[in-house]
Amino acid sequence: MDLSLSTRTEGDRTVVVVGGEIDVYTAPKLREQLIDLVSSGQYHLVVDMEGVEFLDSTGLGVLVGGLKRVRAHEGSLRLVCTQERILKIFRITGLTKVFPIHGTVEEAVAATD
Amino acid sequence: MALVELTLAPLPAHVRTARLVVVAAARRAGLDADLIDELRLAVGEATSRAVGLHARNGVDGPVQVRVVDNPARLTVTVTDQGPAAGPVPDDLAGDMLDSDDPHDADDVVDPDVSLAVLAGLVDDYAVEANDSGTTVTLRWPLPVRAVGQTGPASTQAAQA
Repeated sequence: MDLSLSTRTEGDRTVVVVGGEIDVYTAPKLREQLIDLVSSGQYHLVVDMEGVEFLDSTGLGVLVGGLKRVRAHEGSLRLVCTQERILKIFRITGLTKVFPIHGTVEEAVAATD
Repeated sequence: MALVELTLAPLPAHVRTARLVVVAAARRAGLDADLIDELRLAVGEATSRAVGLHARNGVDGPVQVRVVDNPARLTVTVTDQGPAAGPVPDDLAGDMLDSDDPHDADDVVDPDVSLAVLAGLVDDYAVEANDSGTTVTLRWPLPVRAVGQTGPASTQAAQA
């Protein structure tokens, strides 16, 4: 399955809904989406990964790149993910300490810390 | 004999090809369903590392993926023709995050990160570098076959 992307605004947050496979082939599409959002002044992002079926380190690299870009504008990048097979790769790489990871979009949108 | 041998042009699209083919071969070989996700991620990671390494270093030669089963285990090897692997950083997350270049972490594939993921993911994992490139070896146990499926040679040996 290819990568699917859609965005919507909730208050001051922009929710990016990602589905399908994030790998070396599809990651550039997600990278461009995150760059476009930051370029248009949207610095508080919630990436909903509940529809992601596959994520490798290329995908992690893109998310870390997105985090760095929003942080440069004092923004935030939160993830929504409850799938064990996806969370595992965040744990292995220590990125669970870097990204706030939430169970629902509502929780991520409401979070302020 | 290998179950499957793939010779892939080092293109991002073929990382998916490798995942699909190796997962299909592993299912056919009887790998436990619980291990299929791990295999898919590990093969994707090893292949994307190899393809990325070729791209970074302008290596046009192919990446080779080989799946071998013997009765006890499934072995997958991914061989590249790039420069030898470097040491994996201790603080991987910090290393990714603290890089000064905002494009650095977005690089197509960071070979260090891939090796760290593989080491954390697969219990039976090895990396071997030589003059022509690096081979990543991944192994998983296969279920013990039923007695009725044992070949004639071992039956004779048991009777001897």
